[in-house]
Amino acid sequence: MYDGSKILAGLIVFLALVTFPFWNNFGAKEWKQPELKLPPKEVATQCIESKEYMREQHMKILDDWRDQVVREGKRIYIAKRDHKEYQMSLQNTCMKCHDDKEKFCDKCHTTASVSPYCWDCHIAPKAKGN
Amino acid sequence: MALKPEELLATIDYLNPPKTGWMETPNDFSPGRWPYPAKPDLHRAMGFKHAHEWKADEKDWHLPENWKQIISEGFKARLDKYRSFKVFMDVCVRCGACADKCHFYIGGGDPKNMPVLRAELMRSVYRADFTTAGKILGKLNGARVMEEDVLKEWFLYFYQCTECRRCSLFCPYGIDTAEITMMARELLHEVGLGINWIMEPVFNCNRTGNHLGIQPHAFKEIVEFMCDDIEEYTGVRINPPLNEPGHEVLFITPSGDAFADPGIYTFMGYLILFEAIGLDYTLSTYASEGGNFGLFTGADTMQKLNAKMYSEAKRLGAKWILGGECGHMWRVINQYMDTMNGYIQEGSNLTTPRNPITGTVFHNAKQTKMVHITEFTADLIKHGKLDLSPERNNHLRVTYHDSCNPARGMGLLEEPRYVIKNVCNNYFEMPPQTTREQTFCCGAGSGLNTEEIMEIRLRGGLPRGNALKYVQDKHDVNMMACICALDRATLIPVADFWAPGVQITGVHEMVANALNLKGQKKREVNLRGEELEEV
Amino acid sequence: MNAFYGLFIVCALALAALVGVGGGGMTGLFAVAIPYAAVAIFVVGFALKVMCWAKSPVPFRIPTTGGQQKSLDWIPYARYDNPVNSRDTVVRMILEVLTFRSLFRNTTAVLGKTPDGKPQVGYFSEKWLWLAAILFHYSFLLIVIRHMRFFTEPVPLPIQWLDWADSILQIYSPTLYQTNLLFLAGLGWLLARRLLYPQIRYISNAADYFALFLIIGIALSGIYMRYVAKVDIVSIKQFTMSLVMFSPVVPKEIAPSFFVHLFLVCVLLAYFPFSKLMHLGGVFLSPTRNLPNDSRIHHHENPWNPKIKPHSYEAYEDDFREAMVEAGLPVVKQLEEEA
Repeated sequence: MYDGSKILAGLIVFLALVTFPFWNNFGAKEWKQPELKLPPKEVATQCIESKEYMREQHMKILDDWRDQVVREGKRIYIAKRDHKEYQMSLQNTCMKCHDDKEKFCDKCHTTASVSPYCWDCHIAPKAKGN
Repeated sequence: MALKPEELLATIDYLNPPKTGWMETPNDFSPGRWPYPAKPDLHRAMGFKHAHEWKADEKDWHLPENWKQIISEGFKARLDKYRSFKVFMDVCVRCGACADKCHFYIGGGDPKNMPVLRAELMRSVYRADFTTAGKILGKLNGARVMEEDVLKEWFLYFYQCTECRRCSLFCPYGIDTAEITMMARELLHEVGLGINWIMEPVFNCNRTGNHLGIQPHAFKEIVEFMCDDIEEYTGVRINPPLNEPGHEVLFITPSGDAFADPGIYTFMGYLILFEAIGLDYTLSTYASEGGNFGLFTGADTMQKLNAKMYSEAKRLGAKWILGGECGHMWRVINQYMDTMNGYIQEGSNLTTPRNPITGTVFHNAKQTKMVHITEFTADLIKHGKLDLSPERNNHLRVTYHDSCNPARGMGLLEEPRYVIKNVCNNYFEMPPQTTREQTFCCGAGSGLNTEEIMEIRLRGGLPRGNALKYVQDKHDVNMMACICALDRATLIPVADFWAPGVQITGVHEMVANALNLKGQKKREVNLRGEELEEV
Repeated sequence: MNAFYGLFIVCALALAALVGVGGGGMTGLFAVAIPYAAVAIFVVGFALKVMCWAKSPVPFRIPTTGGQQKSLDWIPYARYDNPVNSRDTVVRMILEVLTFRSLFRNTTAVLGKTPDGKPQVGYFSEKWLWLAAILFHYSFLLIVIRHMRFFTEPVPLPIQWLDWADSILQIYSPTLYQTNLLFLAGLGWLLARRLLYPQIRYISNAADYFALFLIIGIALSGIYMRYVAKVDIVSIKQFTMSLVMFSPVVPKEIAPSFFVHLFLVCVLLAYFPFSKLMHLGGVFLSPTRNLPNDSRIHHHENPWNPKIKPHSYEAYEDDFREAMVEAGLPVVKQLEEEA
């Protein structure tokens, strides 16, 4: 008694599952990072911190801001890069420039399957189209 | 046994294993730690090569010159024959769930009696010889090279496993140490290492039809003696047919029941039962062994000894076979018999068993044509075919010991209980972690019921003995019933040591004591000849 | 000592990746060559191992019966502990594989004393091992599935849901995955019991610790990336997508800690088929679980059955004829015929 066919079937199913990432993308040549719609030059030329820093740490900054504002009543953020002062505010600082959630925030969040809970309380501003 | 129970218990220490790693801990071949080697002529007569004189406590075991090659090739051959063996060599994660499930570990505390380490004794060699990772990483991956001391260690510890399969119940992958022990014992036999307590019964069974070497005329005499006793106690004369063709049923039971008490009382019980219901049956002297010590030797030997059952049923023209109370016998019948020897049934009168008294068809034995006596008796009782006076067993306060093999290799749990509860009025269960599928071994199964290793047996008997003591203290239990001929021999020292005062009985001894025979005289004594109180 | 070996090897591996990518200029090796090799070894090795098992037959039906057999109609039987048909056997296997049912039975034997001071062995339910195993395995499974966000575009809804559900407590930012905690808790107990219990320590070899430390290393490097270093995951996704599209690109924004994580995963994949981790496949092939207890009902064929004949009745009668005749036992051949 071998049950060879059953074992083979099971093995094929298993291997199909573990190779999912490969065959799921079969035929595709390239995956590009989402293109973010940045604010036009007349609105802003730079973010509060460097691009690299923001890409990696923005969630930390926002988390800290929330805690400081809500719990400690501190509202001023001093940038690490140039010691400029900013108001700690998602809506009034970040989204003053990045006003289009769908074309900015959501782009990466969607592709990374991240669902930040910012919007459980905050309401995204209406995109001004800048 | 020099030690007292408390002293023995005091030697058990689970928390302080040897300071040395298990691969470095030397073998201890002190007297009492190993069963005596098989006599070379018996070993040879059963077709094994390299039979030779040797002793476990001597340095030189006189192994054949190419023993490493024999073991390695034998190992490979068995990996190719048994998927179980191959998978079990590969998948253990050493989670340790099996560790404290083994009666020998519980009663001794020797870590090599944890099923996981027992199997590692072989796995370590497997890794070195047959796996890439083991070859490259060696000891880091738990591999070690086969040496004489490793082989000796196999002998030491694979004859401290009773193939009871309790570990396999708890293993998340179902790893069955019994399978591994069987393979190890087969390999040991190939280089001329066996034990006499197994080989002699095997040799006897082959020649005389039963383990004890009872020759046909002597077997007949024994049966007649039993019938004399039955006549004396009940007033009814029974003349059981022997080797007679043309009967419906061939009855086969372990020869242990023909030899010593309390087994003989069980045998007498069968005879009384068959007389009471007028069963058309015969006994056989050629197939006068239900048990099969071949199971403890190797698959080929098991097949050779077992083949007599179908051969004799065919020769005598029996329609089906009724099997007596025996543990490992039923592992063989339930899981091996038809697969090995079913082909012999061809051209015989064997058919799906049907109880001629009740008309019940045993569909669960459709293929093997073999029914367990407690299945048969439970069916008789259920249909009200037995005239029982259970009050004749009122002096007994009974508990029941599930034998390992019918429990975990078959699932025969309710049938004996149903029978017992119908033939006696005082029945008490031992704690649930020690019965049914979780039952503990008597400590001496799989051919280890030899005197020279009595300390090991009593240690292995601790879990059972302790559970027995528990019901003895709590319910005044004075009798432990079982359905295994080995148990009837091995549980006596276990009970005497751990729960003195409890006696051992077969289920059908109690059946017969409760059973009324047509034309019987007043039953004043039981089958042991002990006077019964007026009830 | 064995634990130390295991820890040492895992640390050395992590360091190798850090040095190799950080300053060694071997990013191509660690980011491209090794991952492809590891996946290939895993897939081929796993398949070969299973085929190797499949090549050996199952000569006998040897299920471990965990309950009442099916015999007389009026005795209820344990359908899933002692199955007699394929359907119930499949259920038994499903329960075994998905709920670790055998492990759930686990007890621990304790030498204690009765109230009146007599020694007694007691058996207590012991579910911690089961709990740790369940936490570890299911967390691992969910974590692997969750990682599919790096290999899919668009990310399928079920994976999004899983991600959302796994971080439902909304603690910290980026949100804490509950599976990360449960995973570490499970692993932690599996490791702790190997170190704390003398019996388990005694049976553990270096490979046992290696596997645990390796997986702990993977978990910690992942956690470090997410919660501490906060790597650029969109760049990482660009890399992982390029890998599975067979046109590898390694964006320079990716931090070295990612390559430590990746390399340890590769080691796990490559090590898997040669190790005890193959219990993933083996559990399905265990003959004590995956067969019905029915060889009294149906014939089971052993392909190598040697059909060894018994010592025949004729030979037996020849041996004992005289005594049998004298005892009045029936014989086939009479004494005079023999002469």
